[in-house]
Amino acid sequence: MQGAIRLHWRDEQLPEGRGPFLSYGNGRSYGDSCLNSGGTLVDLRGLDRFISFDADTGVLRCEAGVLLSDILGRFVPKGWFPPLTPGTQQVTVGGAIANDVHGKNHHRAGSFGHHVRRFELLRSDGSRLLCSPRENADWFAATIGGLGLTGVILWAEIALKKIEGPAIEVESLRFSGVKEFLELSRASHNAYEYTVAWIDSLTPGPGGARGLFFRGNHAAGHHAVAPSRRKPGLPFTPPVSLLPRAAVGLFNTAVYRWPRRRRAIVHYEPFFYPLDAVPNWNRLFGRKGFYQYQCVIPQDQAEAAIGEIIAKVARAREGSFLSVLKVFGNRRPPGWLSFSRPGTTLALDFPDRGRSTLALLDTLDEITAEAGGAVYPAKDARMKAETFERGYPALHRFERYRDPAFASNFWRRMTSGDT
Amino acid sequence: MHKVLIIGATSAIAEATARLFAEDGDRLFLVARRKARLEAAADDLAVRGAEIAGCEVLDVNELDRHRAVLTRAEQALGGIDVALVAHGTLPDQQLCQASAKLTVEEIQTNAVSTVALLTRLSELMERKGKGQIAVVTSVAAERGRQSNYVYGAAKAAVDTFLEGLRQRLYKVGVGVTTIRPGFVDTPMTAGFEKGLLWAQPETVARRIHHAILKGKDVVYVPSFWRWIILAIRLMPRRIFKVMKL
Repeated sequence: MQGAIRLHWRDEQLPEGRGPFLSYGNGRSYGDSCLNSGGTLVDLRGLDRFISFDADTGVLRCEAGVLLSDILGRFVPKGWFPPLTPGTQQVTVGGAIANDVHGKNHHRAGSFGHHVRRFELLRSDGSRLLCSPRENADWFAATIGGLGLTGVILWAEIALKKIEGPAIEVESLRFSGVKEFLELSRASHNAYEYTVAWIDSLTPGPGGARGLFFRGNHAAGHHAVAPSRRKPGLPFTPPVSLLPRAAVGLFNTAVYRWPRRRRAIVHYEPFFYPLDAVPNWNRLFGRKGFYQYQCVIPQDQAEAAIGEIIAKVARAREGSFLSVLKVFGNRRPPGWLSFSRPGTTLALDFPDRGRSTLALLDTLDEITAEAGGAVYPAKDARMKAETFERGYPALHRFERYRDPAFASNFWRRMTSGDT
Repeated sequence: MHKVLIIGATSAIAEATARLFAEDGDRLFLVARRKARLEAAADDLAVRGAEIAGCEVLDVNELDRHRAVLTRAEQALGGIDVALVAHGTLPDQQLCQASAKLTVEEIQTNAVSTVALLTRLSELMERKGKGQIAVVTSVAAERGRQSNYVYGAAKAAVDTFLEGLRQRLYKVGVGVTTIRPGFVDTPMTAGFEKGLLWAQPETVARRIHHAILKGKDVVYVPSFWRWIILAIRLMPRRIFKVMKL
């Protein structure tokens, strides 16, 4: 059991004696980093106000519970876009900082923390810290990617970027194997702001997994493009998965084979947020649910390690329809516990089939750790403390900055072995 | 563009409704008790597209300041098209039962102050001969229940006052909208277990905004409360008095 309190105003304090606390945004993290059994979630969705916007520079100051969808809704029509966006617009600004999220433009823009100019942090002792790369820089770096454990982010200042309209010019290319993917990435990173690839983790081809490479830019000029039409979604969780292996295999083949225009101009919604169009898509996996797995591998090891992971997943026949590859850029991560770093990232989801799934994920951890990579805490529900420590060498420094009255299930699992 | 005066502008329902006016680019004058929160709401509404004509800190129980604040609002806005009165507290029924002083204070805040404001406001608007007055009462106004009758009685006083005011102002072209919310998930109701009947402020705000612009007389928000309240009103007193409601 966990309790929750909702903050509504920036002048509020945390109640005494209700800890351990955990900052909570919109709950879109896949694992247990946004859960706090036996403690109190500090729900920040009530802090959903804009504070100021500078129409000359694009600098937006807003409260931490503002959703990316609020920003898009208000500012795209005025010609502004977030500096980067993760795969859903249903995340709060505070959550985007606490997980230092990344997007399809990481090779250019880095991660969310790179675009945060300032924020205010409320600690459980009632103190308030203004943090920026120059002021309280240590708190700034601890809180970016700090999983909501350093206190509560009350508001933040980010810089939006100028766009001409809501359209994205996208090109899609078939590829086969990790090597071909890496070559396509290298060839595309100069001319394209956004790159990402979908791979079929069920059917490895002769040269490795087959996939589709997408690259795009904000389109210049005006285009009549329509946002995603909301599908009916799933009103309840079906008892069993609606994604049996055979159906996913067929689906993946269809996605790969489906004749598609090589170049298209689309609205930003279907480009960035295909899953937002299906409310509660996670329920497709049935009551047993699924695990997400996302790792990053240093570039010199990427081809071998990612090839090995994909081969292992294909052999175990555990994969599913959402498998994503992306080459990150070389900017130094802004947070001590930032996940995105130079290298190639792979995200997969796995229907929970019990022990076999967990065993496979442990194997993937080993491959990742051997290659000097890291697993993404925002998507984790099962990695071992040792894997986390190896991927995040600044962990011990971070611990001194964690608010002593803050914790999460993830944190307890990583530091004391219990959940 | 509408010129909108909002009293109790930091209440969750008022703030959510104000955002809809802001998105239309309306001109707003905001009144609330706490300065920092009033400013936070105003800043947000400005970024959302509102033209903020002014803000005024007012404790509605300072009845002798009402006239000055309303005059300032009217001048800053350049006339009032819409006045939304949304301030209020949710009294602790148990504490009220043990304290006549507290009960009277709650009636002051939730009924007397509102009635005083409405008296001055209707004067202003009657003179102009146009506009819409919208006031947040409650479904609790419709029948006193042991769990909540101090609040219910205060809201009932306002509700009945509005019924008469509507008749009076109809002749001169000023509309009066009575807004009766059911259970809404706001800071005022933070201590309650939330169930199926609870609505979010954004949802009720859409209906309130629509009702004000259409000049509706009485709206239940959400609308299904009309039927729940009908059932409660129709219940014979013999049965009602033994119930736990």
